[in-house]
Amino acid sequence: MDLQLDEVEKICADLYLRALQLLPPDIKAGFADLQARETDATGRAILGTMVENIQVAERTRNILCQDTGIPIYNVTIGHNVGFDGAALKEAIRRGCARSTKENSLRSSVVHPITRKNDYTSCGIRVPVIHVDFDDREETVSIEMIPKGSGSENGSFLKMLLPSDGITAVKRFVIDRVIELGGRVCPPTIVGVGLGGTSDLCMHLAKMAATRPLGTVCPDEEGAKIEAELSEAVNALGIGPQGLGGRSTSFAVHVEIAATHITQNPVAVNIQCHSARRARATITPGGIAFS
Amino acid sequence: MAHHVLDMPIDAERARTLRVGDTVTLRRTLFGIRDATLIHMFDKGRAARLDLNGHAVIHTAPNVHRVEKSPEAPVGYTPFCIGTTTSMRMERFTRKLMEREGVRLIVGKGGMGPETLAAFQDLGGAYLAIVGGAAALETTWIEQIEDVDMDDLHPESLWQFRIRDFGPLLVGMDAHGGSLYAKVQADVAARRDAVLASIGASE
Repeated sequence: MDLQLDEVEKICADLYLRALQLLPPDIKAGFADLQARETDATGRAILGTMVENIQVAERTRNILCQDTGIPIYNVTIGHNVGFDGAALKEAIRRGCARSTKENSLRSSVVHPITRKNDYTSCGIRVPVIHVDFDDREETVSIEMIPKGSGSENGSFLKMLLPSDGITAVKRFVIDRVIELGGRVCPPTIVGVGLGGTSDLCMHLAKMAATRPLGTVCPDEEGAKIEAELSEAVNALGIGPQGLGGRSTSFAVHVEIAATHITQNPVAVNIQCHSARRARATITPGGIAFS
Repeated sequence: MAHHVLDMPIDAERARTLRVGDTVTLRRTLFGIRDATLIHMFDKGRAARLDLNGHAVIHTAPNVHRVEKSPEAPVGYTPFCIGTTTSMRMERFTRKLMEREGVRLIVGKGGMGPETLAAFQDLGGAYLAIVGGAAALETTWIEQIEDVDMDDLHPESLWQFRIRDFGPLLVGMDAHGGSLYAKVQADVAARRDAVLASIGASE
């Protein structure tokens, strides 16, 4: 299968709008789960408003949140796919800019020094594009994540020492969640990266924060910590929007990588309750959106 | 817990009647403001053409449609998706907004800190919590974009919205030193050690 780049451009444009409009089913199920367990009156009311907003967005064909985010495209390419890599990246970029123009989306992307906005949602190295490869035959998937800034500002990296142990890692996560309170638009998904180099650790935290609810860390030790921390953050009482209650987070997700004998890195990246993402899967049979 | 319906603008005395836990519905006019607007107004000394005296500001930068000017779109914009951004980044501007521009109420998400709380006490103001991320719903409370100033900062312009029954909003911070956020933070701090102990991570 050869990737058709005009098709990729259109898919990337469609994915941006689709991600902004429709919340994935796992997040909707996450809301139902939190609503069933929340006992705080303010917390219940806020969760109810969030669910109402999902319905209003669907009914009025509006986008869920005003924050169009920093656009991220995760491309995964299987076996026997023909493509021109540099042209593929350009096609993704064109799709992102086209969606912004055609759909009147707020461009939230500026130059970091001049703060100049090109009104395309693009800039230097943005959209963020990650390309990876997997074992599927003649299959390409493109996942689009409009990463909201309120939660992205809740990002931390700490190069702990081996002698600090895993207890310091857990304490670091809990203390950052406390520090952030309502600023990151709870209920959240708390993404935790463990191990790797500093940059990989931060990337792991983003992978964790944007992983679907209900999925589990593939590493057994990572999965244990994930379960422990998920219980712990919801015992803090921060609650929806930081106004009290049980529902601080849908879950804590952990992703891990091997690290150096001298290192014990931990990173935190938060996903807000508007946990938006959309995916297109391209095969010889056609394009499927999910 | 009282419910207040406020026809904006209001004076300091009325702002002082709001208490944490009360709910508020705003009517008539609301101004949109955020990081770049405030940086230009107060760090770069730029004067606002619009009169904010006695008004409420919301921390926002909207998605809008550009259209031909008409009675429905007097400045050539119609609302598309208008939501709320995290307030805490703008903590250092609250007192200046109140002193120089006469702002009475701040609508935002996530709450604000001690400098804002002190400004509310000294000058008469309150923080009204909206549900962050619920922008599609919030947009249905906005009738029109009446005016815009400093639009070279677009989308972080100074926006004037005509609103219909904007709310209910929750009074999160008041002019009497009350802050729901500070209360929750104190409760959370008191639980921290027990939570850490439950996962074997005590200091």
